[in-house]
Amino acid sequence: MRLVIRKDFEAVSYHVAKYVKERIKEFAPTATKPFVLGLPTGSSPIGVYRNLVKFHQAGELSFQHIITFNMDEYVGLPRDHPESYHSFMWSNLFKHVDILPENVHILDGNATDLDLECQRYEEKIAAVGGIELFLGGIGPDGHIAFNEPGSSLNSRTRVKTLAYDTIVANARFFDNDITKVPNLALTVGVATVMDAREVCIIITGAHKALALAKCIEEGVNHMWTVSAIQLHPRGMIVCDEDATLELHVKTVNYFKSIEKVHEQLIGSDNVGLQGGVRSWRGGAESTYHQ
Amino acid sequence: MKLSIIAALSVAAAALVMSKENEPKVTKIINCRILRDHKIVEKDAIWIQSGKIIDPHKFFWYQKRLPDVVLDAEGLIIAPGFIEAQINGAFGVDFSVPMDHDIYEKGLLKVNRGLLKYGTTSYCPTIVSSSSSVYHRVLPHLKLRAGSAETGATILGAHVEGPFINKARIGAHELKVLQASANDGYKNFKEVYGLEGETPEAQRKLSDKDLNCIKIITCAPELEGVMDTIPDLVKAGITVSVGHSMANISQAERAVENGATFITHLFNAMSQFHHRDPGVIGLLGSRLDLPRPYYGLICDGIHVHPNSVKIAYDSHPKGAILITDAMSAMGLPLGNYQLGNMSVTKEDDRVYIEGTETLAGSVITLDACVRNFIKFTHCSLVEALEAVTLHPATLLGIQDTKGVIKPGADADLVFLSDDLYVKRVFVAGEEVDLKSIDVEAVEKF
Repeated sequence: MRLVIRKDFEAVSYHVAKYVKERIKEFAPTATKPFVLGLPTGSSPIGVYRNLVKFHQAGELSFQHIITFNMDEYVGLPRDHPESYHSFMWSNLFKHVDILPENVHILDGNATDLDLECQRYEEKIAAVGGIELFLGGIGPDGHIAFNEPGSSLNSRTRVKTLAYDTIVANARFFDNDITKVPNLALTVGVATVMDAREVCIIITGAHKALALAKCIEEGVNHMWTVSAIQLHPRGMIVCDEDATLELHVKTVNYFKSIEKVHEQLIGSDNVGLQGGVRSWRGGAESTYHQ
Repeated sequence: MKLSIIAALSVAAAALVMSKENEPKVTKIINCRILRDHKIVEKDAIWIQSGKIIDPHKFFWYQKRLPDVVLDAEGLIIAPGFIEAQINGAFGVDFSVPMDHDIYEKGLLKVNRGLLKYGTTSYCPTIVSSSSSVYHRVLPHLKLRAGSAETGATILGAHVEGPFINKARIGAHELKVLQASANDGYKNFKEVYGLEGETPEAQRKLSDKDLNCIKIITCAPELEGVMDTIPDLVKAGITVSVGHSMANISQAERAVENGATFITHLFNAMSQFHHRDPGVIGLLGSRLDLPRPYYGLICDGIHVHPNSVKIAYDSHPKGAILITDAMSAMGLPLGNYQLGNMSVTKEDDRVYIEGTETLAGSVITLDACVRNFIKFTHCSLVEALEAVTLHPATLLGIQDTKGVIKPGADADLVFLSDDLYVKRVFVAGEEVDLKSIDVEAVEKF
């Protein structure tokens, strides 16, 4: 797992957006070989989306051959409700870019058969060959998507009851009235996220410092569902300085030193996008290892 | 695996093509500054389908396709099409002069098309005080008729200015056709104008079906019987405006209590402002529990002094509605004309009775009124534009379809340069060929 530490939310957002852009360019998607991207909602990715829109407007990034799958959606909330994740994705990303409507997937929280909707969602992901890169954020309790503490780390897309904490936290979007907050949601499972060939998690702010520490310094634990990333071969967490407050100094220094060593000894141009080293400066043979 | 994906994609693509053929065309206008929700919104787009503004959010999720046409507005300001509540004629056509059916229709078409040049996409043709026989002949032409890029601006219904007005504030109206009273109430109005509804309720039904030919009545509430008839007129679906009136402030306020919502060309043809009895003008300072009416302002800088325009705007900015109150020489090139029984000379932005210095009416255009309004009041661009869009639409109760840019509204749009000149116009979602209108208006006269 890589941990990339940046100064603040803006720097984190820029780093992740640039990473997504470079990954897509490297992939060189076409109509028959689309890039499949998993997307979150909430406050964490807003800055990333803003930067992606900028890249698109500058002509540096096209969504023409990108297929997206969102993580979750409330149950029973009309699709056009301002707080629905359909609305969120429309106003923060989709309306600004050239993505094809038929390439966008968000769970339908108003489906007549919710279980079937979830099952079909997994099938749709499989039909396009799985997710190449899943972006995510976390809650202060370390939940990813709506996989609240205690969710199975093997869970798949399903109907989920929201934790009381989440309902209280989300009441601010519903006139501060907890009775208006939907208490059910459809969400991809922890395993759905971890099935992606690459997972990138954004964690910012002091209020998420404990979650970050629990997720990377302690064992894999269903009470901090994002800790499952420890078992992922290509996992990356991008966090800001504030989010590192609960980490050991040793942990922070280690991850910072990785970037530093790369920079000084290898040269950033020699480091692969996913952190692999193509060749060691002065080394006789070109090698590629993680 | 790969093959099956490709097969699935091509099936989806075929389905997409099919649905595109069946669904009406969608146009997306980009690179514009949009007047929306009392703001100029940048970096957004307008989506149009079947002559209406649509919600792109819904379109994206439900129709699942991209727009058929993407149109670059090249950074222009886009406002809803202008709405004019008071205009007597233009391009040599006078709405108050009855003609044979076909000639009158031809004249209307000329004005409907010509007004688009100035950004006006819907209006109330205005009839000055006339004899009953005139109303019976002209009003049937002026029922609501939807506009198009071909047929021009929408006619919203007539504005009948008089004949229930005060002979002491007659303006340019003809004395002998005035009605001194309306002691039989609604019946008097019905007979004079030739309304089809026997009762206000029956007339309301016609209004609801857009079969009412009258949208606005200007009357003087102090005339015997008029004050008590205002509620019936409102019930009939007609907007009541106070004008050509000597009403004192208490009469004016009673008219508002009874349902009047508009003041016809504020400052003109009404008792002058006196601090002990401010008359109709005093309605701008009405007590809080009384809804303040909208007021029309002839914004040519001549009929109302710029300072008066600013005083009115400062006291009640949300009530301002810009009007031209133009006569038939509006839109004509400069020169001498025989209009009805009047010989006139048009010079610059004024028109005189030939050989005199007497003004024969206004010849300002509505876009020029907007520019003047900003110049006179230093109001914001939004406020100036709303005075010819949202405000008149709200006055006439059509603010869900006209005067706004929001999903469900008619796609009547005006593209404006930064200095507020009309560059492009859309009516019901179709772009108007403005160049062809120029040629026609001048040549056909």
